[in-house]
Amino acid sequence: MTTMNMIQAINSAMDVAMERDSGVMVMGEDVGYFGGVFRATAGLQKKYGKTRVFDAPINECGIIGVAVGMAAYGLRPVPEIQFADYIYPGMDQLISEAARLRYRSAGEFTCPITVRSPFGGGIFGGQTHSQSPEGIFTHVAGLKTVIPSNPYDAKGLLIAAIEDPDPVIFFEPKRIYNGPFDGHYDRPVQPWSKHASSEVPEGHYTVPLGKAAVVREGEAVTILSYGTMVHVALGVVAENGIDAEVIDLRTLLPLDIETIAASVEKTGRCVIVHEATRTSGFGAELSAQVQERCFHVLEAPIERVTGWDTPYPHSLEWAYFPGPVRLGEALKRVMKD
Amino acid sequence: MADEAGRNLRSLTLHVPEPKFRPGDAVSFDDMVFPEAGSVARPSVDADPATMRDLPFTLIRVLDKDGKAVGPWNPRLPVERVKRILRGMMLTRAYDDRMFRAQRQGKTSFYMKCTGEEAVAIGAVEALHRDDMCFPSYRQQGLLIGRDWPLVDMMCQVYSNAGDRLKGRQLPIMYSAKEAGFFSISGNLATQYPQAVGWAMASAAKGDTRIAVSWVGEGSTAEGDFHAACTFASVYRAPVILNVVNNQWAISSFAGFAGGESTTFAARGLGYGIAALRIDGNDPLAVFAATEWAAERARTNAGPTLIEHFTYRVEAHSTSDDPSAYRSAEEAKNFPLGDPIERLKQHLIGLGEWDEASHDALQAELTDMVRDAGREAEKLGVLSGTGFVHSFETMFEDVFAEMPAHIKEQSEQMAEERRAAGV
Repeated sequence: MTTMNMIQAINSAMDVAMERDSGVMVMGEDVGYFGGVFRATAGLQKKYGKTRVFDAPINECGIIGVAVGMAAYGLRPVPEIQFADYIYPGMDQLISEAARLRYRSAGEFTCPITVRSPFGGGIFGGQTHSQSPEGIFTHVAGLKTVIPSNPYDAKGLLIAAIEDPDPVIFFEPKRIYNGPFDGHYDRPVQPWSKHASSEVPEGHYTVPLGKAAVVREGEAVTILSYGTMVHVALGVVAENGIDAEVIDLRTLLPLDIETIAASVEKTGRCVIVHEATRTSGFGAELSAQVQERCFHVLEAPIERVTGWDTPYPHSLEWAYFPGPVRLGEALKRVMKD
Repeated sequence: MADEAGRNLRSLTLHVPEPKFRPGDAVSFDDMVFPEAGSVARPSVDADPATMRDLPFTLIRVLDKDGKAVGPWNPRLPVERVKRILRGMMLTRAYDDRMFRAQRQGKTSFYMKCTGEEAVAIGAVEALHRDDMCFPSYRQQGLLIGRDWPLVDMMCQVYSNAGDRLKGRQLPIMYSAKEAGFFSISGNLATQYPQAVGWAMASAAKGDTRIAVSWVGEGSTAEGDFHAACTFASVYRAPVILNVVNNQWAISSFAGFAGGESTTFAARGLGYGIAALRIDGNDPLAVFAATEWAAERARTNAGPTLIEHFTYRVEAHSTSDDPSAYRSAEEAKNFPLGDPIERLKQHLIGLGEWDEASHDALQAELTDMVRDAGREAEKLGVLSGTGFVHSFETMFEDVFAEMPAHIKEQSEQMAEERRAAGV
């Protein structure tokens, strides 16, 4: 075991995967010599050479399209899109091609690519460096969507994603690359080294896709979250002494509805938290599925705490971000009777 | 070597571009050979692109090594206009220096300088009409400065403060100034390129007289938007000038990762049948002359022009970048095309119209002007701490012309929750 932050854990995952499988390769804007603008691929080109780790032209359609072609050859590309906000030019290759290749060729061709991309806000990045577009991808049949919330999971999930036979969108919450964040933007940042999940094995292990984690057990209410918002939820629950069960989805699709339903059956109340905009966001899907399975036990309407239905603002970032105030108020409403 | 089928074929190899110099390397640009200033012919503005296919592979230069303006591309500007270009470049640099420092002092979240590339915007804007429409990338702040847009207004945007016309919504330097013919800057790359073509097509369709001009970095020419723009510009002979600012580096990726090892960026125009010029981007008079030529071409319905400005990004990509991690510090010092401000200064001195004392005096005047504007802007606030300068309600405005019920409800929910929580 060694102490890692999210970046180091993600770097280690690619390192381990590349060591074990010569078909794993990494490409993207600035990922080669420089090692990525967030340093996630640092040292990989030096270790594995320029034909396995290389910079790409600024063309997200090309980065993803080329990855699909490399996968058709038999490789396992791990393309990086520098910010999730830049992924849209690659949507046709993802939605029309990567996601459907297995289906339309009846398994003749497959697409085991893992598209890594930093996402989410909290860094004063404005509307082109802050978005949370995960709901667009979970809506596509044929794509898996994974979002880690800590270094241990990030490494295990990324290795599992790379080894998965199908295309995976792997969104990395950039706000928590260097330390967990409870939503109190006015307090000093805590490093990962003070957090238990920064203890990460150096070698190979996986965290299975499609399995949620109950990160805090409780009886009073179920909070469903992922990425940065897991830490916001844990912070609010601790500060207000609420006996909440906090579930970290880890994989949005395929969704671990069994773990979710079992929790809501126990608590009878449910709050969903995500940073993405509200309308047609992933919270809507969660709310529908919880209602379908747990209607008879629900003691209050399901609440969604989400980003507002506006583009991500720059200066009003902390008014937009669904932080402790908003989650605290939602919990009060859900638990009032 | 025998392959799996037993055939005697050579193994393929993958070519991955590599820049000549990395951190710590001694830099020599001796292999960069440029034609002498004044040596490239100037076609008539309505020439068929097929008759000037050599121009993307040379370099149009007006200022020679002694600072003399020579050759057919010499725009023969009145000295007052040359001085205006010098002033615009110096003001841009002074502005950049102050705003960069402001970011380092924690007064804003982000900044981008255009050091060494001042001629690209200032030389061009001087050659355009005031009402021609600009679709810039994020490194053409000089367009606003060249159009005498108030520095205080620009600074307020960078500070996301109470005077910010964009209500604090955009990342610093992503200006928008419709009155200055300056389109809202996007953080997504090359998206402005087809938009400029569309604006130009609209102007042509309506029988207007205004043209559109766009700028993109060499790295962003890889984006599909660049190629979409060239296709539409060619098909509809749009009255547009498409500039490629080849400053050699796209964050850490050298121009080779956009295809620069195999050909020039101006040559991209050839495949589309677009007139294409490759110019010395650190020569303000060459930038002026090429822009003037392309503008005249567009105005006379002779078609679009692609201009590659060969220059160098002297500073970091942005305040979030550290180029010492990927390129040699010697590159900027040794770049063979020099500094645009220094070159125009020498030109004016050679004309007997300028000297060190007048240059220093102008420098002092501009520095003071920027300082005064900075103080004025900072009275309206800076971005620090929470950034809550604008009222929360403004966050919900302008998503649509008319606020739909669900957004209104969210705005009210925010207010209600903050009241309930006592914050």
